[in-house]
Amino acid sequence: MSAREDILSNVRRSLGVSGIDAPRRASVEARLAAHECGIAPQRGQGDAAARLKMFVEQAQAVATSIGHVASVDEAPVLIAEFLRAHNLPARLRMGDDARLRDLPWGAASLEISHGASAGDDLNSVSFAEAGVAETGTLALVSGAHNPTTLNFLPDNHIVILRASDIEAHYESVWARLRERYGAGLMPRTVNLVTGPSRSADIEQKLLLGAHGPRRLHVVIVGD
Amino acid sequence: MTVYPSSPQFKKNARAALADGQLQKALGNVRTNFIAKRAAVADRLPEFEALRDQARDLRDHVLAHLDVYLEAYERKVLESGGHVHWVRTAEEASRIIVDLAKSRGARSVAKGKSMVSEEIGLNAALERAGIKAVETDLGEYIIQLRGEAPSHIIAPAVHLNQEDVEAEFRRVHTWLPKDRDLSEPESLLAEARAELRAKFLAADIGVTGANFLVAETGTSIIVTNEGNGDLSQILPRVHVVVASIEKIVPTLEDAASLLRVLARSATGQEMSVYTTLSTGPRRAEDVDGPQEYHVVLVDNGRSNMLGSEFEEMLRCIRCGACMNHCPVYHAVGGHAYGWVYPGPMGAVLTPSLIGVDKAGHLPNASTFCGRCESVCPVRIPLPKLMRHWREREFERHLSPAVSRAFLGLWAFFARRPALYRFATGLTMRALAWAARGKGRFTSLPLASGWTNQRDLPAPQGQTFQAQWKAHQAARRKRP
Repeated sequence: MSAREDILSNVRRSLGVSGIDAPRRASVEARLAAHECGIAPQRGQGDAAARLKMFVEQAQAVATSIGHVASVDEAPVLIAEFLRAHNLPARLRMGDDARLRDLPWGAASLEISHGASAGDDLNSVSFAEAGVAETGTLALVSGAHNPTTLNFLPDNHIVILRASDIEAHYESVWARLRERYGAGLMPRTVNLVTGPSRSADIEQKLLLGAHGPRRLHVVIVGD
Repeated sequence: MTVYPSSPQFKKNARAALADGQLQKALGNVRTNFIAKRAAVADRLPEFEALRDQARDLRDHVLAHLDVYLEAYERKVLESGGHVHWVRTAEEASRIIVDLAKSRGARSVAKGKSMVSEEIGLNAALERAGIKAVETDLGEYIIQLRGEAPSHIIAPAVHLNQEDVEAEFRRVHTWLPKDRDLSEPESLLAEARAELRAKFLAADIGVTGANFLVAETGTSIIVTNEGNGDLSQILPRVHVVVASIEKIVPTLEDAASLLRVLARSATGQEMSVYTTLSTGPRRAEDVDGPQEYHVVLVDNGRSNMLGSEFEEMLRCIRCGACMNHCPVYHAVGGHAYGWVYPGPMGAVLTPSLIGVDKAGHLPNASTFCGRCESVCPVRIPLPKLMRHWREREFERHLSPAVSRAFLGLWAFFARRPALYRFATGLTMRALAWAARGKGRFTSLPLASGWTNQRDLPAPQGQTFQAQWKAHQAARRKRP
C-alpha cells in the first residue's frame, strides 16, 4: 500500500469509520461550501469612522506609523516627507499597480523603479488590498502589481491604504479574495502584516527589524 | 537538532538543569514575561474565553473528519499546481525532502522555524547528504550555531542569555572585526540579519512548517514575527512545506478563528506580525515567489492517537502557553525533557511519538497544578492525559519497583476501609505526637527529598475522613 493509503486507512481505523461514509462526507462538503464565520469580536465593528479609529489605534500599538491624506494624489508628497524625516534616499521600488503608477511621484522629487526586489532596495511602496481594524493589520496579495519581495526585503515598507478598504475582521478580507479570485481559489501569496518585523529571541527583549522591514509606514487615504 | 531522545535520563537532566546558574537566570524571563503578556491581552478581548471554546470544538470537528479533510486539502493543493507527499514516519519524511533537494541540485536549504522538521531530524539528514541547512529564525540560528535543540516550541533560545549569544557570534563569525561592539541586543540582531540575508539569497530550497493547512483552498499558513519564514519561501526556487496531518482546518474562516487565540496564547500579541497564506507555486502573473510548491504530510504516529485516550492532544496548535505557565518547565527548562516537545504538551505528546518506555518520566514530572489546562487555547485536559500515561506506565510495569511496592501497600489498605481508617487515624496521631510543640518536621525518614528543601507540616488531629463525617453530621443537625 502507498503511504497515502496507509495513513488514510489508519486514520479511519482509529476513528472507527469507513472511507465511504456518506453523511461524514456530506458534513465536510457542507462546512467547506458554507465557510461560516465564527465568533466575531465586537472590537472593530461599527461604521467606517469607528473602523478607521480602531485600525489606527491597533496599528500604532504595534509600532506601525500612520500618515493621513485626503486624496491619493497627495500620497507622494507625504511619503517624500517620511523619507526625509528618516534621512532616507528619495528612491522607491514598486510593482506595476495601476493605482500607484499614475500618482505624481515626480512632483514629489521621488525616483521610482519597478519590479521585484533583489535585496538592494531601501524603500518600497505597496497599495493594500484591505486593512483589518481589529488588529491594525494590512492585507497584501502577490502579483506583478505587488511582488511579495517588496513586502519583506526593503528596510522601509510604505503602504497606501484607502480608509474605505478598512474592514472590521479578517473574514471580510476572505470575502474580497473569493470575489476576486473565485470560490476556493487563492493568489500565490496573501500577506497579513501587523507592524514592522521583530524578534524577542534574545532574552525576550522586543527588537524591531529582524528579517523584514525595520519600519512600516501606512498612508491612509480619505476618512 | 537531535532525534535521539535523552528523555529516559529526565531525572539526571533535571538535576543538571537545576544546578545550571546561566539556565536559571534565563528561565527567569519565562516566568515573568509570557504570563503577564498573555493575561493582559486576554483581558483586552471580552470574547477570548468563548473563542477558546470555539477553537476546541473546531479542532474536535476536524479530528473526527480528518480523513475526509485530508483528501479535500490534497485535491486543492494539486489543483493549484502544488505537490503532496504523504509520509508515514520521520525517516520517510526526511528521505523525501533530501531526495527532492538532491534532484534539484540544491546545495543549501533555508529553513523557517518548524518543530516537525526537528521531529523528523531533517537538518541531520540534509547534512548527511552534503546539503547545508540554515536555520533562519534568530533563535533557531543561535542554537544551530551552538549545536543545540530548541528548548521551547516558540522561543527556541529562551534558555540563553544575551552574553551567551554574543560569545557564540564571536566564536562563529570570525570574518567580522574582532573589536566590534556587540554589547546591545540590537547589534546582535543586526549582525544575524546581515549574515542571514546572504544565506536567504543563496538558498536553492526553502523549507517552512505550517501552523494551518486550509482544506477549502489548499493553502498553508505560517505565522511569524521576524519574516524569516517569508524570505525562506519567496526567494528560493522551491518551497517545501513540512506539516503533520492534524494541522488541517476546514476554511479560511476557521483559520481566522484559530488565529485569534494563537498569538494571544503564545506571545501575548493581538496578532503576530506576519500571517502568510501560501497556495501553490508562483502564477503566470507573479514576478517572484517559488516555481515549485511541495507539501510533505507527516503522520509519524498521529493516526494511532486518533480514537485513543490521547486524541485530545491532537487539538494542539503549538502556542507554548502550557510550558510558559508550567512550574516544572520554569524550574528545569526545555532541554531536560530530552526530545523535541517540552513542557506539559511534550509530556503528553512525547510518549505517544517515541514510546512511554522512553518518555515515561515526562508525564510524572508534573504537580498536576492544572495551570497548563487553564491557559490552553483549545482546552486540552493535559493533566488528565498525563494521568493516562502514568496508568499505562504502571500497567506495563515500567514504573520503579519502590513506587510500585508502595502503591501496592496503599492499595491493600484502600481496599479494606475499616483497616484503612484505623491505620490512618493511628498514623495521624503518631505524627502529631512526634511533631508536638513544633507542628512541623524538619527531617523525616524516607522523606528527605522533601525535608531537605522545606519543612513538612504535621497533621493537626483528625483524619480527613473523620472530619468529613463530623462535618456531615453537623450539617444534618442544622434546619
